[in-house]
Amino acid sequence: MPTADEVKTRIETAIPGSQVEVESADNVHFSARVRAEAFAGKSRIQQHRMVYEAFDEGELGGAVHALQIKTEVP
Amino acid sequence: MSDNPLRDAIQQAISDNEVILFMKGTPEQPMCGFSARTAAALQAVGKPFAAVDVLPDPRIRQELSGLSSWPTIPQLFVKGELVGGCDIVTEMFETGELHETLGAEAPAEAPEAPAAQPSGPQPLGIENRL
Repeated sequence: MPTADEVKTRIETAIPGSQVEVESADNVHFSARVRAEAFAGKSRIQQHRMVYEAFDEGELGGAVHALQIKTEVP
Repeated sequence: MSDNPLRDAIQQAISDNEVILFMKGTPEQPMCGFSARTAAALQAVGKPFAAVDVLPDPRIRQELSGLSSWPTIPQLFVKGELVGGCDIVTEMFETGELHETLGAEAPAEAPEAPAAQPSGPQPLGIENRL
């Protein structure tokens, strides 16, 4: 089961230069706030997809049961 | 048409319904907080929408995610395009963009995110043939 810190590291690795805060009360449901220059000019759908790419197929909805995402451009 | 009837049926439902929400449960009886919140935002805007429950058959979710390249449920489509899941729809509701996307009159003031309790007009149900 991933911890909030592990989820944070995964997203930061997937989106270089991003600032990521992750909260989780149970290591199953996560809430992430992601700020990244890389989001500039991208739609919300595209921004969220970039975050989803930090995870393996089946991981979201599986070990990471729920991931709430809030994206921001610095 | 592909040799995948289920995927074709999902694609057809997305094409046939201007606003369609794939969710866990139904707007009247959502089975997940995220689906509940998304359905409540749509109901608060007040435009009719179709809703498909993905729970009866796990293949629906699998094919839908394959088609949309979006891993999670709920998923809202408007005019054949994926708009987003719960976070995006909630954010768009709060900024008034959801009203605009659905062709509804935007509220004068930024609305509060609706409670997950469904209320307001009944959504347009579609035959759950998926």
